[in-house]
Amino acid sequence: MLKLRIERGSAPVWFRAIIPVIAVLITFILVSALVIVAGASPLSAFFELLINPLTKTTARADILMMATPILLTGIAVTVAFAAGYYNIGAEGQLYAGGIAAAWVGTQLQTESSVLMIPLMLIAGFIAGMLWALLPAILKVRLQVDEVVTTLLLNSVMLFLVSALLNGPWRDPVSGWPQSPTILAAAQFPVLIPRSRVHLGAIVAVIVALVIWWVMSRTRFGIEVRAVGKNRDAARFLGIPVGNRILMAALISGGIAGLAGVSEVGGIHYYMTSTLSSNFGYIGVIVATLGALTVPGAILSALFLALVNRGAISASRELDVPVYLGDVIQAALLLVGLATLLLNRYRIRRIR
Amino acid sequence: MDSLILLFAAMLRISTPILFASLGETLVERAGVLNLGIEGTLLLSAFSGFVAAQFTGSLWLGLVAAVLTGIALSLLMGLLTVTFGLSQHVCGLGITLLASGVALFAFRLIYGGASTPPALETSFVTLDILPGTAFAPLFSQHWLTYISLLCVPLVHWLLYRTAFGLRLRAVGEQPEAADTAGINVYKMRYLALILGGAFMGLAGAFLSLAQLGAFSHGIINGRGWVAIAIVIFGNWLPYRVLAGALLFGGVQALQLRLQAEGVPLPYELLLALPYILTIVAIAFVGRNASYPAALLKPYRRE
Repeated sequence: MLKLRIERGSAPVWFRAIIPVIAVLITFILVSALVIVAGASPLSAFFELLINPLTKTTARADILMMATPILLTGIAVTVAFAAGYYNIGAEGQLYAGGIAAAWVGTQLQTESSVLMIPLMLIAGFIAGMLWALLPAILKVRLQVDEVVTTLLLNSVMLFLVSALLNGPWRDPVSGWPQSPTILAAAQFPVLIPRSRVHLGAIVAVIVALVIWWVMSRTRFGIEVRAVGKNRDAARFLGIPVGNRILMAALISGGIAGLAGVSEVGGIHYYMTSTLSSNFGYIGVIVATLGALTVPGAILSALFLALVNRGAISASRELDVPVYLGDVIQAALLLVGLATLLLNRYRIRRIR
Repeated sequence: MDSLILLFAAMLRISTPILFASLGETLVERAGVLNLGIEGTLLLSAFSGFVAAQFTGSLWLGLVAAVLTGIALSLLMGLLTVTFGLSQHVCGLGITLLASGVALFAFRLIYGGASTPPALETSFVTLDILPGTAFAPLFSQHWLTYISLLCVPLVHWLLYRTAFGLRLRAVGEQPEAADTAGINVYKMRYLALILGGAFMGLAGAFLSLAQLGAFSHGIINGRGWVAIAIVIFGNWLPYRVLAGALLFGGVQALQLRLQAEGVPLPYELLLALPYILTIVAIAFVGRNASYPAALLKPYRRE
């Protein structure tokens, strides 16, 4: 007779590989309840969510467009979390980058995109860094917990954006609370004709590759990860712990700022208070599901974008509310975290 | 004088949901759990309370539904962070995103793409305590407002004058020592989450069933994050949390008044003030802030 026992210890490698699949399956089983309540069949909903978008050229392009901002915020959160610095403020840092991009894009009088776009990216990176600076300094100098300070600065940023757009930046032409439109030279070129995939996608991929190289191939990156794994051991090894946390926090803020630049330059062409649909928070999902690795973040950003695009298909075809996408993203995060615990167990046959 | 009393009346009204939410978060954090799920919990509670009240015609059932929603989401938080020992801030954010998604999903399902928020036929009435006196407007509040004020000494008493409160604080400060002393850390954290979730439910219910009598997507509008700020600002002490909630309500009320009178001011900056004050307060107090020592740390019994 076959006897099985669950033991503590690391799970076998083949099992670790299928954990993401298990997480996706459990999530979809849970979410089926909502689909049924909405009067649709779960199977056709999952077809719309996961398969249908991949079959159409326009939908595939939309996935790249939707993956762009969350890949950037996901990489941003990955860098910070890898250093053990829990930056929840990517949302605010994104808006800081958006303000900077709109400012450069409207003020700099040039017709050269080659000059304009790099300056927007640099300005956005710096703005994101600056918005991330205060919590980082408080953390390194005064050991003030960063979770709450970065979170609260998101709210402050939203008020700042609102003040800016209702005050000095209110569009004089339309009267709407949005900045004037950025100059033609500042508008990101479209990569795939008749789609909304823009230069930001390339920026995101380059940033991802650079960060992947820095984090896995350079001394700096390895030190940052060592600090994240065990701060005391890193200090004992002579790694400047405070400096590495500070650098990771600032790089994180800068990359989140780039997400804002990308949305202003590639999607909206002006600054608005609805620049981000929770992209900063979704970055936490992307980074967590990607297990704080860059390849993982790329995969999860693409997957979440697929689900988002799929939710639009499902709402069109099956009349399921489009917010199904938001529910699935959040459920994936929680289920994904919980199933990672399975890593700690193995099933052994006993004779 | 009259306008000053009206200003204070508005302050009390605006403070109420913030006070409920902050008291709930205080209890949870005192037991060592930072519940960032609060923003989404408030939204889904406000929504479920509203829907229950509309479909049953009973505001009281709405209130019950809101409180049960708050408790249910807190139990989920407990399952993830207390039982599974997962990261509190990531799970909290996840619950906020999940609850917000579910609320918006259900809203669309029930009310379609309506742009105007649906309203209740009735909402909780106001209670006049000192009618006919100069202070009448100040004490013409929703009964939940009075309850929220009474909850401040109640929570203080619970935390500092009862064995339950002592155990609750113990698991938030020294879970290992508490465990050694025979306190069930997991159970105490769950109880704190349940109590806190009930308070968050009341906060949501106040917004949709009393203050507005309606529901809209933006009904919470960051109030959960405000509560997180106020708990720190208030140093995890119920009376100081009250002061923080009143400060926030006061700034809001003042802002609304100035805006109505057309005073040219960047109101948003006034609204950002409580957040900035909190960050400054944290910076000044720094390491000396009396954070519950075990906050954010999952407890694992070896």
